[in-house]
Amino acid sequence: MLEHHPDLTAAVIYGLGWAYLLMFVMNAFWVKRSYDVDGNCHMFGQAIPMASFWALYAAVLGMVSIAHLTGSDNPQSFLIRMPDAIKDAFNAASDPRTFFALSTIGFIVVIWAREFLVTPTMGWILLNLSCLYLTLSMTDYDFRQIVTKPDNVPIVGMLFIVGFFTWLSFNRAVENDRRVAAGQPIREREKNEKVLVWPDLVYSELICMVALTAFLIAWGIVLQAPLEEPASGAKTPNPSKAPWYFLGLQEMLVYFDPWMAGVVLPSMILVGLMAIPYIDFNKLGNGYYTFKERPFAIITFMFGFLPLWVAMIVLGTFLRGPNWNFFGPYEYWDVHKLELLNNVNLSEWFWLDVMQRPLPVAPANSEWYVQFGYILLRESVGILVTLAYLFLLPPVMAATIFRSFFQKMGFIRFMVLANLMLFMASLPLKMVLRWAINLKYIVSIPEYFLNL
Amino acid sequence: MSIGDYIRESQVWKSIFRHPAPVDRRNRVVVMLTNFFLHLHPVSVKQQGIALSYTWCMGGITFFLFLVETITGVLLMFYYRPTLQFAFNDILALRDVTTLGIMREIHRWGAHSMVITVWLHMYRVFLTGSYKPPREFNWVIGVLLLVLTLLLSFTGYLLPWDQLAIWAITVGSNMARATPFLGYEGPGALLLNVGGFDLITSGSDARFLLLGGRFVGEGTLNRFYILHCVAIPLVVALLIAIHFWRVRKDGGISQPL
Ligand code: HEM
Repeated sequence: MLEHHPDLTAAVIYGLGWAYLLMFVMNAFWVKRSYDVDGNCHMFGQAIPMASFWALYAAVLGMVSIAHLTGSDNPQSFLIRMPDAIKDAFNAASDPRTFFALSTIGFIVVIWAREFLVTPTMGWILLNLSCLYLTLSMTDYDFRQIVTKPDNVPIVGMLFIVGFFTWLSFNRAVENDRRVAAGQPIREREKNEKVLVWPDLVYSELICMVALTAFLIAWGIVLQAPLEEPASGAKTPNPSKAPWYFLGLQEMLVYFDPWMAGVVLPSMILVGLMAIPYIDFNKLGNGYYTFKERPFAIITFMFGFLPLWVAMIVLGTFLRGPNWNFFGPYEYWDVHKLELLNNVNLSEWFWLDVMQRPLPVAPANSEWYVQFGYILLRESVGILVTLAYLFLLPPVMAATIFRSFFQKMGFIRFMVLANLMLFMASLPLKMVLRWAINLKYIVSIPEYFLNL
Repeated sequence: MSIGDYIRESQVWKSIFRHPAPVDRRNRVVVMLTNFFLHLHPVSVKQQGIALSYTWCMGGITFFLFLVETITGVLLMFYYRPTLQFAFNDILALRDVTTLGIMREIHRWGAHSMVITVWLHMYRVFLTGSYKPPREFNWVIGVLLLVLTLLLSFTGYLLPWDQLAIWAITVGSNMARATPFLGYEGPGALLLNVGGFDLITSGSDARFLLLGGRFVGEGTLNRFYILHCVAIPLVVALLIAIHFWRVRKDGGISQPL
């Protein structure tokens, strides 16, 4: 595209000024809270209220806001923008591997450092960091393009909301775990009198409805629903994307054929979700937040929801451009970007590289069963690997790390659990294999549309 | 007598509400039992069960969004005609000329929100272990509601009939081609043939059933319109009714035992 895309325009600067103003107001309230509860720290031989650091930060935000609101007449030379060095670092570091690795590491950190992360102060710091990241990034043209597409705005909102509720649930879980350890009653059991639904529930429902209605109307006024050119079966847009909530599934198409990514795995997700109450044999943690009483269930579910579902949606929406190539968040969506694909099938690797001979091919015009036999021979390694994965691993799991599970669950439940877990693990496994050894298919039988 | 009292003493008012204002304990109980809309609720609940920090109110918000979608959706149906000739232009008119065309915005943002809140509701139900006995089956109903919510959103996505719509649906439905046995490019489809005659072709497979054609076209628009406006909402409404009934029958919102 030849037209010039400025990173900053007067309107953007002005808009960001309001965003900073909002952050200023939020933090001004926080200063008050901090003054009331946080107490002092000791520095230079003096007691300094913790709140003063927040006040300083809020003051900076206020000044930044004023600078934006008044300084928009010469956008080109406006100084407050995302530094190029950071943008380059993000772009360079981002490809599906790093993205997946980082979201997994982030997930592990959240679980591991939860007691540290769930304090209100840490929560507030995390919120401020994400707001700052977002506002600063808005000074980049390409970032702004993709994030402010009307249908993408809800996803940005979702990230904040999911983050908040994850934090909240851990906050409550950590508190309850601590109480249990100290022999105190959990929070849900305290102050748990019966109250009348009118007014206690009915009124909060009413307030909630009014607030939501107002919110939706405001959203509708501020942001127009998208409408592109009239449909045309001849002009395929590049990239063509499914609706955003299915982009996790579309991302799986990179690693699996459609019959797996589009049919088998989604069905397994649903079956797996429905099976949860029947395979979770742990009676604890029913009706209150806790982590320590059911770590396996929570880690598994959160792993499925956060890195494998939400993060994949982010990847598919914001980081996949033309030809489903990967683009950094500040990168221009270049249609001509080339990505070399030299993925090999397990069978090719086995016959060509290891055995040093050509792939077995049935003689021309042979009967169908001869052809079939040759296909089985050609794919024998992959078929064995798959069978072992599905049928050998569960007993091994039952005998080793999941021994106590197996004893408590009985045969059928355990097999269901093991298979669901193996299906869930197949996605990250296939990803890692693709990245590590360029593996395309474990079993590749294009003759029958059966690629794994 | 003040006007308010006059109205509340009138025969019309009393015929509608059948009880005095819920200002004392007795009438606060009675209102819950005699009002159709309120009788979904029990008369009294445990404090923790309705604490915002416990339920996040997500189930309730999802339900409210479903109602918003129903109301704005019905209004949109007055303007929108699901044919190749009109569909796109009707949406364009909603944006440019129709009074209260903002219904489309509310409908769309409400739909996105509903997808998000239904996920969060499930998240909270999981994290509080509320799917454990005796609530197992209500969780299963919930999963069905989750699927149907996504399908509602998906079928609605096509209706504006712009580039965004048809290609999203094309991409989203392409997978059906590869359904094992039932998609013409799916593993095993070749096995379903009778005397050399393929049963599963691009004109008879799962994708054809979904789209009412070999590609996203007029047949698809009609199919998705009916699914979106009639079939799925009816099923969702039924399942929500069962879902709520089960919440009550399973002992109300979950509590520590
Ligand atoms: C259209 C979608 C849905 C609506 C309108 C809905 C509505 C509700 C409402 C209003 C409640 C009362 C408690 C609360 O607000 O948290 C509830 C409880 C419940 N929901 Fe849903 N829900 C939906 C989808 C789901 C999904 C997707 C699941 C899980 C997969 C689910 C599982 C449950 C369970 C197990 C309860 C009982 C929880 C408890 O007692 O604490 N629901 N639902």
